[in-house]
Amino acid sequence: MDGPAVERALSRMADDVVRLAAGAHELVLVGIHRRGVQLADLLSDAIHGRSDLALATGSLDITLYRDDLMVVGPRPVVGQTRLPAGGIDGRTVCIVDDVLYTGRTVRAALDELADFGRPRRTLLAVLVDRGGRELPIQADVVGERVEVPEGGRVEVMVPEIDGELGVDLVEAAG
Amino acid sequence: MAQELVNPSLGKDLLGLEELTREQITAILDTAERFKEISDRPVRKVPFLRGQTVVNAFFENSTRTRVSFEFAEKRMGADTVSISTTGSSVQKGETLVDTARNLEAMRIDMVVIRHASSGSARFLAERIESHVINAGDGKHEHPTQGLLDLLTIRDHRGPVEGLKVCICGDVLHSRVARSNIHGLKRLGAEVAVCGPLTLMPADVADLGVRWFPRVEEAIEWADVLNVLRLQLERMKGGFIPSLREYNRVFGVTRARVEAAPRDLLILHPGPMNRGVEIDSDVADGPHSVILQQVTNGVAVRMAVLYLLAGTPAQDVEAAA
Repeated sequence: MDGPAVERALSRMADDVVRLAAGAHELVLVGIHRRGVQLADLLSDAIHGRSDLALATGSLDITLYRDDLMVVGPRPVVGQTRLPAGGIDGRTVCIVDDVLYTGRTVRAALDELADFGRPRRTLLAVLVDRGGRELPIQADVVGERVEVPEGGRVEVMVPEIDGELGVDLVEAAG
Repeated sequence: MAQELVNPSLGKDLLGLEELTREQITAILDTAERFKEISDRPVRKVPFLRGQTVVNAFFENSTRTRVSFEFAEKRMGADTVSISTTGSSVQKGETLVDTARNLEAMRIDMVVIRHASSGSARFLAERIESHVINAGDGKHEHPTQGLLDLLTIRDHRGPVEGLKVCICGDVLHSRVARSNIHGLKRLGAEVAVCGPLTLMPADVADLGVRWFPRVEEAIEWADVLNVLRLQLERMKGGFIPSLREYNRVFGVTRARVEAAPRDLLILHPGPMNRGVEIDSDVADGPHSVILQQVTNGVAVRMAVLYLLAGTPAQDVEAAA
């Protein structure tokens, strides 16, 4: 997907989020570190253009809630976790991430959010759903569904980190 | 998933800042910066060290450091046990290694040790499999104190590189001074010490720092003062004539601080002797960041736990 294709996908996602969050008192878009944070900002801009829903954004780093880190290995650099000053109690929260794959990141995000409060409702929006779930987790809003061969990767690029907006499918090496 | 950014490994143990590279120190400080926010959450606890056991073995009195480690361990989700000299089998003559091996036989993951003998943390680290964190060994090092001082300086003055930092007081007996000197120099600060010659180590020149015999000169030169606690028993040892005279000559007083050419930043590792090495006006005044040091201490210790836990096996072998 090139930049314009991702922008079109984000517009469709914005429509879906507005529809699902209709009647919400306030919508909090929480991006998962790293690329989910930029996507949450882009989604927020798109929602602003089409709805007068009260919006707030935040970021969540799920490293300390991962289920695979106590096994030996290098320690990831921890990113910023920042939720709106008013908290998330009673609000509608939409978790935003780049790729939905095993579902383990979303499980960690749900656990971490529960330590910040009790949203009235929590939604999940992802730019790419590549299948391959290992947990009973599904997205409410999906930009694009793709089939990825075993061992392949989906790489989402955002301007702040990668200099451009886009999605690449990378085949398994060899 | 795209390439994940990872921290440099610290190896099996944290024994001193002398052994750490600039990249390792910076990784600890950057991680601590992120972890500050955890202590402000509605639930001040993350599950990272769930199921891990940490023993705080304090063979020397300490309240602040022990409590700070306990908070850090609990906020990272670990189970903790604290033992102290009084009431432990140490008083019955058990050796340090026997005590630690008995604890290990009960399945533990990390030991935080405070001990009056220099080198005790390394001695232990070489003899047990658990990770060892030095919480102060004799006159040698107190690395987490050095790290929290670095974090506090960085919070207020930006990058440490190029800053002029003077450590004032009893440098001779101070593990805090040694950890500060190693950490500050590794990050590129200019470091000086100030105090009576009787309280300066013989190898002060080898440490690569300059010496100011007068506190006024130190204040004229420095961006940051780290004022050490004057251990009151030093007077009996004949190192200084009297506490009053020490305050008159070396005390960080309001008049001296107000005469500084720059906006001084003043640190103190605590506990303070008000009216001896530092006056109350200064300790509670606008230049002091003493309580922020305490807050930062918890974040720095959480970062050390995060980076040490579950270190790759090959690193453990390499460090041994």
